[in-house]
Amino acid sequence: MSLNSSKQIKSSLPSLLKSPTGIPGLDEITGGGLPKGRPTLICGGTGCGKTLFSIEFIVRGAIEFNEPGVFMAFEEKTEELAANVASLGFDLDQLQKDERIKLDYVHIDRNEIEETGEYDLEGLFIRLGYAIDSIGAKRVVLDTIENLFANLNNEGILRSEIRRLFNWLKEKGVTTIITGEKGEGTLTRNGLEEYVSDCVILLDHRINNQISTRLLRIVKYRGSAHGTNEYPFLIDEDGLSVLPVTSLTLDHAVTTERISSGIPSLDKMLEGKGFYRGSSILVSGTAGTGKTSIAGSFAQATCQRGERCIYFAFEESPNQIVRNMRSIGFDLQVHIDAGLLQFHASRPTLNGLEMHLVTIHKLIREFKPQVVVVDPITNLITVGSISEVRSMLMRLIDFLQAEQITVVFTALSMNTVVGEQTDEGVSSLVDAWLLVRDIESNGERNRGMYIMKSRGMKHSNQVREFVITNEGLELVDVYLGAEGVLIGSAREAQQLQEATGVALRDHAVTRKDREVERKRLVLESKIASLREEFESVQEELNKAFVDEELRQAIMERNREQIIRNRHNDQ
Amino acid sequence: MIEPSTIGDLNLDGDEEPYILRLFVTGASSNSIRAITNIKQICDTYLADRYSLEIVDVHQQKQIAEQEQIIALPMLIKYSPLPRRRLIGDMSDTQHVLTGLGL
Repeated sequence: MSLNSSKQIKSSLPSLLKSPTGIPGLDEITGGGLPKGRPTLICGGTGCGKTLFSIEFIVRGAIEFNEPGVFMAFEEKTEELAANVASLGFDLDQLQKDERIKLDYVHIDRNEIEETGEYDLEGLFIRLGYAIDSIGAKRVVLDTIENLFANLNNEGILRSEIRRLFNWLKEKGVTTIITGEKGEGTLTRNGLEEYVSDCVILLDHRINNQISTRLLRIVKYRGSAHGTNEYPFLIDEDGLSVLPVTSLTLDHAVTTERISSGIPSLDKMLEGKGFYRGSSILVSGTAGTGKTSIAGSFAQATCQRGERCIYFAFEESPNQIVRNMRSIGFDLQVHIDAGLLQFHASRPTLNGLEMHLVTIHKLIREFKPQVVVVDPITNLITVGSISEVRSMLMRLIDFLQAEQITVVFTALSMNTVVGEQTDEGVSSLVDAWLLVRDIESNGERNRGMYIMKSRGMKHSNQVREFVITNEGLELVDVYLGAEGVLIGSAREAQQLQEATGVALRDHAVTRKDREVERKRLVLESKIASLREEFESVQEELNKAFVDEELRQAIMERNREQIIRNRHNDQ
Repeated sequence: MIEPSTIGDLNLDGDEEPYILRLFVTGASSNSIRAITNIKQICDTYLADRYSLEIVDVHQQKQIAEQEQIIALPMLIKYSPLPRRRLIGDMSDTQHVLTGLGL
């Protein structure tokens, strides 16, 4: 067999060289991509995304990594393929014209073929070799070579030729994806896995409770560490995206910036400044305790600061929320019109948890909000188990914290016993936890709110009464009196009573004041009359004194006169 | 190895259509050589004077592999008479070759 083109020196690639796929999340799990220069087997059942995976590998390789690729399709015609991926924004025709990719549709019609003896697949080798050389391809996809088994009878020849093909591809140093349909009890129907020893990725499409989840697992990756979990992945209008189940590190940047909750009295309970930016806040409570109102007020405050907010509603439609918020004085429509607020409402059962997560991811990436509201997370339980919801929320929180986005979750608790698993076990994941509770007493129902936890700040340990008014939300200090904690009308009665007491005391004080004034006036007039009296006495005294002096002077004069007169007589 | 068309004297005035055949081979591989020998023998025996056989070395014209949807080699394509048939292998199974040629 002459294979001149492949008579190259075996490339001595270090085992760790990898070829990035460009598929979000996958390169993270595989530590950089698929093994470079080696074949990778992608297997899975019908409709699990094998073809899309491989076409994305080729297209992203050509666009993002400047590695031209050959896509050899054994199932779909190239035009069909181009049409199928056009919705993902991949223009295969243009890429072909630019010689960055090459599509080749291999058509074999069993009815047309007569086998007349010994043969080999040299035609395939020549064809593929020519395609690779014509564009300098670094990547090759064979989708799916197993089709040959259906159309050619001599399995012995096929097997040995396929083995030879894989060796030949390795020698050519092209990174290859071979797809294979899942078989009974084996990874592929025709046992392709025995020829591909470097990397095997299994795609699965599972339906649980009528809800489908796509999962990806790396069965084997020789010479490389890799994630071994089943990773959920999604196919949407942007192609594939794999979600690593957990991010491996906990090293998000943090900020000390604080943002208001939109409820001034709540901010006051949090050192007067509100929550940390980028923190996660859980508002839990029983039905009708105003969780959505708190979330709405947070959204309102965000938009009023001129920041963007996405509101994921799993219970109510956007119009419903806007109408309801208007009744407590928040006009959210204004912010929607201004492009600051975006609603995304869907029933949890619309799709699996992972799809929700990816939708959330995608919208956040597009809209770049500063605040995200998820209302409520409890509804997600209808599409997954508690542990699944918890893992999904954990990943969501991880992602949001990495992006410095503040998130508010609301959760409905079914009972009022704190610490029971009513909050999907996320309370340990969140930074702040507000609990709104019904307090029923004296034949009425009131709302009490307290801060269960708030990491990294002092916070009030008081239960506040949570009042929803036409002008918004308010927290009122509960009345702590001799009879215990008073709330609702009992509190108001107590407050009225106190107000009455104050009025009465005020009244008493004024009366006493007037009396004092009167007394003062009386005394002052008395003082005035005494002073008058004193003056007249003084005058009287003065007058007597002058009289006396006058008399003295006259008498003196008279006596001298007399003396003189007497002398004159002598 | 290129063998230019071995054109026998085409019997065009007969009732039967002429056989237009093209054999794709890969250089001088043993399968190719056997296929050429075998098909010539069969044609001479059963289709004397009413066939044209062209032998193409795919290595020399690589792009033809895609054009003609070639995977397995050697391969003989019968273009005429219709229906078009593809015969793969070294043509050693005479019975199958004859079936494939519609004889």
